[in-house]
Amino acid sequence: MKILVCISNVPDTTTKVTFTDNNTKFNTAGVQFIINPYDELALTRALEITEKSGGTVTVVNVGLADTEPSIRKALAIGANDAVRINAEPVDAFFVAEQIAQYAKNEQFDLILTGRESIDYNGGLVAGLLGELLNIPSVNVITAIDVDNGVANLERDIDGGREKLTCKLPLVASAQKELTEPRIPNMRGIMAARTKPLKVVEPTSPQTYAATVGYDLPAAKGGVKLIPVEQADQLINILHNEAKVI
Amino acid sequence: MVLVFAENSDGNFKKSTLEAVSYAAEVAKSNGSTVVAVSIGKVEDSKLSELGKYGADKVVQINHGAVEAFVAEVYAKALIQLAKQHDAKIVVLSNTYTGKSLAPRVAAGLKAAVVSGVISLPETQNGFVVRKGVFSGKAFADVQLNTETKVLAITPNTFTLTTFDKSAEIIIADGGVSAADAISKPVEVSKVTGKIPLTEAEVVVSAGRGMKGPENWGMIEELADLLGAATACSKPVSDMHWRPHSEHVGQTGITIKPNLYIAVGISGAIQHLAGVSSSKVIVAINKDPEAPFFKAADYGIVGDAFEVLPKIIDAAKKMKAAAN
Ligand SMILES: Cc1cc2nc3c(=O)[nH]c(=O)nc-3n(C[C@H](O)[C@H](O)[C@H](O)COP(=O)(O)OP(=O)(O)OC[C@H]3O[C@@H](n4cnc5c(N)ncnc54)[C@H](O)[C@@H]3O)c2cc1C
Ligand SMILES: Nc1ncnc2c1ncn2[C@@H]1O[C@H](COP(=O)(O)O)[C@@H](O)[C@H]1O
Repeated sequence: MKILVCISNVPDTTTKVTFTDNNTKFNTAGVQFIINPYDELALTRALEITEKSGGTVTVVNVGLADTEPSIRKALAIGANDAVRINAEPVDAFFVAEQIAQYAKNEQFDLILTGRESIDYNGGLVAGLLGELLNIPSVNVITAIDVDNGVANLERDIDGGREKLTCKLPLVASAQKELTEPRIPNMRGIMAARTKPLKVVEPTSPQTYAATVGYDLPAAKGGVKLIPVEQADQLINILHNEAKVI
Repeated sequence: MVLVFAENSDGNFKKSTLEAVSYAAEVAKSNGSTVVAVSIGKVEDSKLSELGKYGADKVVQINHGAVEAFVAEVYAKALIQLAKQHDAKIVVLSNTYTGKSLAPRVAAGLKAAVVSGVISLPETQNGFVVRKGVFSGKAFADVQLNTETKVLAITPNTFTLTTFDKSAEIIIADGGVSAADAISKPVEVSKVTGKIPLTEAEVVVSAGRGMKGPENWGMIEELADLLGAATACSKPVSDMHWRPHSEHVGQTGITIKPNLYIAVGISGAIQHLAGVSSSKVIVAINKDPEAPFFKAADYGIVGDAFEVLPKIIDAAKKMKAAAN
């Protein structure tokens, strides 16, 4: 069983988002970067699967050298080896093409991504990979088990849950609930220093979409407090003043 | 030509689908082209032609054994085939779970740039640019799509429906797919019936640790029921299994954009606000006047939820009775 886990390097969830260069670039000053939380779930589940049935877990990241602390952390959590495709991850299509190009020659049985990266919120890489590699893609999975070349999965659907089966190879994106993330221990951290981290150059330089500007939501006009004794007035206000019910 | 995927739920078109069709019609109007809607699975003819009312000129219906259940690789293949056949320059889908499993596959098949979570019509003065939410609602990005064909997954509750005085012509097609295309196989679907999906709800009643325990959620559900709302919760509430994970909103949960978000006993941590701050109107109910949520709210009540909620529920009952 060969599993590939795609990890993106994202700002910590406590980050106060600001921009520079006339609102065209995300301001990374003082920002702590982490492994995308959903990707940590994907990685942990991959490790659980290979611990049970044997196999290896490789992590891949499309990013410049500054993402290596996150890659090393993934190795410390337990991945066997890592690949960094040395390019700025400009858009999801570009990222997926780079990963597909690499994965094509490696014969992975299973590719896991996160449901979405918490910075770009695309949720696109898994589906793009599926089509580019001509294999099924199953989004937002909350469970996966692999048995004899077949995966049994559960995924969120609009207004419910679905159980499905799928022949490997396949790509799936991790939703919360898939498992609990693992924290690297001292042994893992030591071992990670010597695990292989291969850097490969990107292939096709084409980008499909590009962010040309950022904006912050308009500040709220200030809260209108309703005295607690008049709490029942809320319904009236929402109906007649705010007109939302 | 603008192609729009008309997603159905058990044979009915949800509001998010009608919004996608209206969006497609608006885009088609601005570039002088037509709208072809694609419906996959079993939907009555009257419902199909009604898509004309929301702007579709034609509805292609694919309804045969191979598409009975949703299988992403099959549905995507059919959409790719139809987009090529009709020479679609823009493909529109809803940013639902279904739409989002198809949008990237369709984009890859068409070598098209793709943007999900779209919240604006395209600006075409300077290239083709759409706006989307990023950083889980903490900011917006304007994204330029640089390919000839473009795929857009649009956020529910963002576009108002436009109506037209027309009925769409129905065309039957097979989409070039057969049972052999399905590699993944659904074995069981369980839907929560009678509940409004959180991502599509126009009103959401949400509660946090301030509710003390799962046994107190009756009031939250009652208020939600009265307002026709979906229920949501903060992360610790789902972590402690007081509520299902599917209700968890925020940066590491679902991002929502309802018209009204009522937060009861939620402090308003940055990660929580990220997922809900795009709501049109926010009400915070919290006993602590210093709770950060009040800075992000339009209306606030400083008070004990256990005293405040019964009063609000009472008032909602009265409003409902008066409306009937
Ligand atoms: C990596 C990371 C990701 C996270 N992602 C998310 C996320 O996606 N979503 C999310 O919600 N959180 C997230 N969090 C957690 C977040 O930081 C907060 O801890 C969480 O939102 C707090 O939940 P709460 O407001 O329900 O609980 P608390 O912070 O405990 O607040 C409870 C509130 O209830 C009020 N209260 C108590 N009793 C009453 C009463 N009787 N009547 C009225 N009010 C009362 C209190 O004044 C208080 O403000 C994340 C944290 C981390 C570190
Ligand atoms: N630069 C990247 N390198 C590797 N994997 C990525 C990268 N960006 C996104 N991914 C993967 O794709 C998932 C979805 O990302 P996105 O489509 O950007 O929301 C993430 O959870 C990752 O698993």
